[in-house]
Amino acid sequence: MFNQLAEVLRSLGHRIIDRVWRLGAGARFFIYTLIYSGESFKRIHLTIREIYFTGVLSLIIVLVSAFFVGMVLALQGYNTLQKYGSSEAIGVLVALSLVRELGPVVTALLFAGRAGTAITAEIGLMKATEQLSAMEMMAVSPIARVVAPRFWAGVISMPLLAALFSMVGILGGYLVAVPLIGVDEGAFWSQMQASVDFREDIVNGVIKSTVFGVACTMIALFEGFDAPPTAEGVSRATTRTVVNSSLAVLGLDFVLTSFMISA
Amino acid sequence: MERRTLDLWVGVFAAAGIAALLGLAMKVGNLTASDIGETYTVTAAFENIGGLKPRAPIKSAGVVVGRIKHITFDTSRYEALVTMELDKRYAFPKDTFANIYTAGLLGEQYIGLEAGGEEDVLKNGDEITQTQDAVVLEKMISQFLYNKASETPTETKKE
Repeated sequence: MFNQLAEVLRSLGHRIIDRVWRLGAGARFFIYTLIYSGESFKRIHLTIREIYFTGVLSLIIVLVSAFFVGMVLALQGYNTLQKYGSSEAIGVLVALSLVRELGPVVTALLFAGRAGTAITAEIGLMKATEQLSAMEMMAVSPIARVVAPRFWAGVISMPLLAALFSMVGILGGYLVAVPLIGVDEGAFWSQMQASVDFREDIVNGVIKSTVFGVACTMIALFEGFDAPPTAEGVSRATTRTVVNSSLAVLGLDFVLTSFMISA
Repeated sequence: MERRTLDLWVGVFAAAGIAALLGLAMKVGNLTASDIGETYTVTAAFENIGGLKPRAPIKSAGVVVGRIKHITFDTSRYEALVTMELDKRYAFPKDTFANIYTAGLLGEQYIGLEAGGEEDVLKNGDEITQTQDAVVLEKMISQFLYNKASETPTETKKE
């Protein structure tokens, strides 16, 4: 009886220590990435190549989702707003929800699924096939050569993707609201312009998506770097990337929003 | 993939992203039209500003002529002191009347300026002395109920 209880407590303690250890290792990894960033900027082409793989190749899924999200927002919003006789406010609803929340958050979730998994699997496989050890043997730091370019590529791509998401989403909302439903075009744009603030809404959205970019890319890189060098290990690390990135994005979103609204 | 095509795609991506940001700022956020060129500052004291917020528009005859800079509480008079930035192009007489209105039934509140007849115009740092407070719904309802309550006894007497 007493032994069983001790065993339960021991496994709990083991888990907590393991989590804290991983958190510490992740933080150290982050610091190393920042330290080696300068070295990787000397070969900027590596970063540009990674922007192609993380940013450009994510464009299609991001833009298509944005278009449909915008259209659905306009349809749903119109349905509700029309009951209160203020269907012209549909532009405000679409623009504010996209720029403030959906743009950064949905882009980050899609990014974690599209680019984050690719990063984790790639680095995990590099580790499993001992490419990273080979680099170290040749006195090439794998963090400077492999990790830092991918990190900066993610941080640069995310705000751009989020801005494109918001823009295309608003376009989708416009197409549903104005030509399809028949909301007045002037009211659609002018009410939107009257209530979307550059500093409060757009800049805050960019700040959010940059923070999400750091979080998603860092989690993907760390999971890949930390993955056990087996097929199973890499597959588990890929799953963890998606789960942890999504949770981190949603959690950070709440924290950032509460700061932005109170400030 | 060849390096040149890769560079091209990344360039297109970055340009599109920046264009989207600019588009958001200009078309959606209306950055260009919202900042009024040169302004002058005037203040007005209200006993009750209701839900008036900084950056709310100031309109005259329905045209936006300025924005509220900030709102403070004046402890010497126990009134709200609203500082407004008005467009330099529009001059208002000294006896201009400042009202707090609500756009629509549930819309945001704004300040409406009604020009008076005096020749002197408001200058930077002047105060608008004639003001009318925001309509507070609770006050109106309680007043209405109070009137109703005072009516009832007279009606019963008549019967």
